[in-house]
Amino acid sequence: MSFTLTTPSGFWNPLFWVIFLALFGLIAYLIYSRGNPSYKKESDQVRPYLSGNIEPAKEKVQVKAGDIYWGFIEALKGYYKILEAIHTGDIRDYILWYLGVGAIVTFILIGGV
Amino acid sequence: MNGSLFVNFPFIVVALLLALGFYTIGFKRNLIKVIIGVEILEGAVNMFIVALGYVKGGYAPIYTQAPQEAVGKMVLPTPQALTLTSIVIGVAVTALMLAFAVNIYRHYGTLDVTRVRRLRG
Amino acid sequence: MIEHLPALMVALPLFGAFIAPLFKKHYKGVSIWAIFITGISVVLSLLLMKEVVTNGIIMYVFGADKPTLVLPSGYAVPIRIMFEVDAMGAFMAISATLMSFVGAIYSYSHVKKDTGLEKYYALLMLLEAGILGMVLTGDLFNLFVFLEIAGIAGSALVGFRNYRGEASEAGIKYLMVSSVASLMVLFAVGIFYGQYGNLNLAYIAKNVSFNMVDMIALGLLFASFAMKCGAVPMHYWVPDAYTEVPAGINPPLLVATYASLYALFRVSFTLFANVVIDLARVGWIMSILGVLTMFIGVTMALIQKDVKRLMSYHAISQTGYMLLGVGVGLTVLHDPSKLAEFGRDAMAGGVFHIINHIIYKSLLLMTAGALFYVTGTRNLNEMGGLARKMPITTISFMVGAAAISGLPPFNGFASKFLIYETSYRLNPLLTVFAMVTSVLTLASFVKVFASAFLGPPLEKFENKREVPKPMIVAMLILAALCILFGLFPNVVLDKLVYPAVDALINFAQYHSWGGLA
Repeated sequence: MSFTLTTPSGFWNPLFWVIFLALFGLIAYLIYSRGNPSYKKESDQVRPYLSGNIEPAKEKVQVKAGDIYWGFIEALKGYYKILEAIHTGDIRDYILWYLGVGAIVTFILIGGV
Repeated sequence: MNGSLFVNFPFIVVALLLALGFYTIGFKRNLIKVIIGVEILEGAVNMFIVALGYVKGGYAPIYTQAPQEAVGKMVLPTPQALTLTSIVIGVAVTALMLAFAVNIYRHYGTLDVTRVRRLRG
Repeated sequence: MIEHLPALMVALPLFGAFIAPLFKKHYKGVSIWAIFITGISVVLSLLLMKEVVTNGIIMYVFGADKPTLVLPSGYAVPIRIMFEVDAMGAFMAISATLMSFVGAIYSYSHVKKDTGLEKYYALLMLLEAGILGMVLTGDLFNLFVFLEIAGIAGSALVGFRNYRGEASEAGIKYLMVSSVASLMVLFAVGIFYGQYGNLNLAYIAKNVSFNMVDMIALGLLFASFAMKCGAVPMHYWVPDAYTEVPAGINPPLLVATYASLYALFRVSFTLFANVVIDLARVGWIMSILGVLTMFIGVTMALIQKDVKRLMSYHAISQTGYMLLGVGVGLTVLHDPSKLAEFGRDAMAGGVFHIINHIIYKSLLLMTAGALFYVTGTRNLNEMGGLARKMPITTISFMVGAAAISGLPPFNGFASKFLIYETSYRLNPLLTVFAMVTSVLTLASFVKVFASAFLGPPLEKFENKREVPKPMIVAMLILAALCILFGLFPNVVLDKLVYPAVDALINFAQYHSWGGLA
């Protein structure tokens, strides 16, 4: 039984994937093994150094989900403003959208366009 | 008056009811009224199917004490069966919707659909 | 027994559903009962698929032993309710039973603290029965009935947590949307009945004449099923409902959504495939809806802060891939050379994506449910550093996130690969959108991963532990399926997907049962 998936212009075989995984794992291990071995877990080495200030509580330094991709969302502000405004949460609008789309689809199908 | 208007009369009513139903769903602010709109819509669809079931010159498919001339002229009772099923389903839908409406009133203190929208965005 | 399989598929969950309330307060008993019944139906659906693949389309007639039996007066039309199971229906049935089973296992501990569980499980099995009926039936009115059953059961489950006002709000929204859509389906069915005097799908498909009234009916069916499967811009109910439903119900609810997608495909292929000119038009509408759906869905997902809502928006965007894949196939259905060249593979991609998506999105929504179970909140801003506390959930989440982003060797990769390649042949622009969507999908899951699982361990989660075993088992089953389907996509494609696709393409086969004129 062959496990090759042939698509119109390519193929996929899990064996190749495993071979490449092993190859890249080896490369990763080589990079890892050149690391500094003098690192100690149970010492002050693991604590962040903030110019001598006391480290703030973890809740304060955590990156919140709302802050991730801030720049992306800021750049597309106009787009998001419209999309959020469309999703009103009003049941009646859900049905009205359905009516609108249904009318357009029917119009196209009966040969209007 | 010719016959065509009279024959099409149920379908005109169906169209009116459909329009009325969608208007009620789309433009009334009270949640109960919106639910009534769905009911009107259902009435329209049921009426449409029942109206389709009418065959000119056909007899109701009731075999007991059927007149002699009805033999071979009885209509298939499918549309009536469909409508009955649809009515039963409609009752279940309405009951569930009203139950939700009661619960919404309990938690939101209002049935105004413009204010029952914590889920959005 | 084997010849009664189609009826058993629906009867078994119905039986289970009506027995369930008798358990009353024995919540443990009723959950084991639900797992038992849904487990058996998984076996039945696999048997059904085997039967369909070996022996072709199964016709099951209620109240007669042959579909060709006619009225005593000699009026030769199919008058009985029939189930017509082809490979596509069996494929959907496997998805439905599998997901109900996983959902039942997951619910065992996920909803333990809630009351009224006997009704919960009854509704779960009723939902399963509704979906199975939808995908197996060969009768338009029956389709409507099961659509309503699935809609009612589904919305009751969405509003299950009735101590939350939002749950009732989501419930009424889902119910309103699904009942209006079903009523319009019934209206379209009425139009067909009025013209052709019959409700049998195959019979109507054979006789349909594509006049204007028929096209209106097609438009109604198309719009209704598109709304029920969450195509943009009628997708608003999806995030509302998926967010509020208990996570154990998410898998069957997802399948309920795709049962509507199945109905959409069934209507466009089986009922209207003979219309030559307009079919490309239907295909283009489907493809464009697909692209819109995937793009708007994913961009909305990116800004969500509620973890389940974020994933629900992804459910919308992934539906777009299926619409795109099958839409591309539909566009070229009447062009044999193009169909062989890329149309069949496009549809295979779309159909394969259905089961892939059902698997990994259920997995992801379950991990979201696990996060909710442990932290008591769905807000991503309040989570953090949970990877060490919940290692198995984290691994399951990573598998699911990699699969949905289409990374090899997970299952999303294979189907997306097929869709990219084939939609490129129809129009490169479609592919560009599909790929951008995939990138954004990965981006938004990186966001969830970084904010919920990574980061410093927070003090408020000091005493939290991994979720209970049944939930872990349910998640691991799906994670294993993700990897298996991804490693050996050709096996799944050959055994499940290509039979289903060929069943859709060879629509004439569906029409030609019994030899009834």
